[in-house]
Amino acid sequence: MQNVVILQARKWFSRSLSSFSSNPLKVCVVGSGPAGFYTAEKMLKAHQQAQVDIIDRLPTPFGLVRSGVAPDHPETKIVINQFSRVAQHEQCSFLGNVTLGSSISLSELRKLYHVVVLAYGAESDRSLGIPGESLKGIHSAREFVWWYNGHPDGRNLDPDLKNTDAAVILGQGNVALDVARILLRPTAELATTDIANYALAALEESSIRKVYLVGRRGPAQAACTAKELREILGIRNVDISIQEVDLRLTPADEEELKSNRIKRRVHELLSKAAAKPRTAGLNQRELHFVFFRKPDSFQESEDRTGHVSGVHFEKTVLKGDGPGKQIAIGTGEFEDIKCGLVLKSIGYKSVPVDGLPFDYKKGIVPNFRGRVLSDTSGDPTLLEEGLYVCGWLKRGPTGIVATNLHCAEETVLSISEDIEKGMLISSAALPKPGREGLLQLLQDRDVRIVSFSDWEKIDSEEKRLGSSRNKPREKLSTWDELHKAALE
Amino acid sequence: MLSSRLPRLGPWIAKRLFTRNYASIYRGRYNQSTRNRFLQPPAFQQLSLNKLYNGAMIGKHNFLSTTSNEGNEQKETISVTFVDKDGEEQHIRVPVGMSMLEAAHENDIELEGACEGSLACSTCHVIVMDVEYYNKLEDPTDEENDMLDLAFGLSETSRLGCQVIAKPELDGIRLAIPAATRNFAVDGYVPKPH
Repeated sequence: MQNVVILQARKWFSRSLSSFSSNPLKVCVVGSGPAGFYTAEKMLKAHQQAQVDIIDRLPTPFGLVRSGVAPDHPETKIVINQFSRVAQHEQCSFLGNVTLGSSISLSELRKLYHVVVLAYGAESDRSLGIPGESLKGIHSAREFVWWYNGHPDGRNLDPDLKNTDAAVILGQGNVALDVARILLRPTAELATTDIANYALAALEESSIRKVYLVGRRGPAQAACTAKELREILGIRNVDISIQEVDLRLTPADEEELKSNRIKRRVHELLSKAAAKPRTAGLNQRELHFVFFRKPDSFQESEDRTGHVSGVHFEKTVLKGDGPGKQIAIGTGEFEDIKCGLVLKSIGYKSVPVDGLPFDYKKGIVPNFRGRVLSDTSGDPTLLEEGLYVCGWLKRGPTGIVATNLHCAEETVLSISEDIEKGMLISSAALPKPGREGLLQLLQDRDVRIVSFSDWEKIDSEEKRLGSSRNKPREKLSTWDELHKAALE
Repeated sequence: MLSSRLPRLGPWIAKRLFTRNYASIYRGRYNQSTRNRFLQPPAFQQLSLNKLYNGAMIGKHNFLSTTSNEGNEQKETISVTFVDKDGEEQHIRVPVGMSMLEAAHENDIELEGACEGSLACSTCHVIVMDVEYYNKLEDPTDEENDMLDLAFGLSETSRLGCQVIAKPELDGIRLAIPAATRNFAVDGYVPKPH
């Protein structure tokens, strides 16, 4: 017991020692999704006098927890409670409507704060680079998700769900499964979620009955996880189609599955579903898992110029020197799938800003455990002082909400080590304007900041609108509506 | 009771004054209005919460009235030891029927619980240090296994803290909180779900 007391006291003392100055550490986190909030939380725990500001270009916080997690996954959004408590911490401020690159530049931010952590994720898409990619009816899954989740930049996507009975989704990760599920789930079940009302209306009128989830490789390489797969295989009135022949495993596949619990369970689920007899019935919707098909080009409709009518696929086989290294090689045999809607779910991509070193090949900011490197050479001694990254911008667009927990711990540890070693100009040595400076600069530029309590006004309004429709909330999905609710 | 808590009072006060404290705010949720909320969860949460409560219905009173230890001395408690990532041990008493996640938060033990016990994350992952105790637990459901798939530092005796409910047979159980940061940067088992 005594040891615990001494250890506790020592920990508390050493944490506060660094901040017993009239110049607290000023930290700015760019991005208010899980990476941003976990970073803010860990910073406040490790540096108890620090002032942490979280900026976001949207007036609403929480990043993909609000605009990415599917409407029928409300439990995944519970973490918002924890993030709200961080925002309400007396040394933390959420500043919405502030865009890095236009409201303020990166170099200006670095002058105002001792530490800047970039956690703004990935708001762009990988592209296939194949003919026909710009035809109408082809969207990225990211845009489609923003659309049904009421993100103001996705509001006007207006996907046409009425001109066709078939949709092709390229990719087999959890995002691909999300969009497939939203297209196939009975709309009565969606009506009591926080899905955007215009999306619900479009889905109620949708004529899509067949959804194809297409992967370049086999079931052993599918990137989805068990929970999401189990869920989609169990949707009411959906007929699942999987070719048993696709489930055959190569020796390298067996190796991959042996050491990977997730993939093993995914393969079991797919095998069970493939073995179940098909039950064709009235009003059945169909979900087809298609493997070993690489998109070669998109076909244009003859009746509707400029619109997609199908995808031209090349069959593939796996080649590679071992588990985890198998790639899809084209066989020269082709196959078409007719469809009027294509959703590309092949990966998000981060967007660089001025003054930020960027690795275009990997789509991330070059870093060493969260410390931003000056170039992509990988030399860990060329550091950008006071500049750090966390989340997708640091690791690439993979992982779940909780992955950012560990990512933030690593970045904050790097920051703490740098402060201790004197590699970061200490707050005592050089006071910085921090929040006051930022607020002044933004005021001079007529940027109308949305505070956390302004967001709470949006939050109450959305909940109020939702309650009359038996939904947890009705999202405000245009910039005007959001600003009006927040700032008036 | 009180005398054993006194030495921790100083740091305890400091922590409350200076940091966000999940446990103190978490505790505050167990008031009248939130108790009602737990009894009538929204439809889409119904299923998972029913599974959670299904075995703990008898202990329901304990589950919800965890605001403090007063008046609960009569309830049967078991001894649980949490070992954190630095190897520090904390011995606590947990009333029968309470989950390990709740117990951790009641005692200011740093165990994350992003989804607050609704089987939608893996942040309350704990490792049961002795296999005899692991075997005394009921098998994890598919839903728990799905979440365990994603846990960092998964081991043969890993469980989600929100699914381990205190019962007399678990008296003396030791639970390790995985050292996530150490595992994070290391090659090997690094799940990459999306």
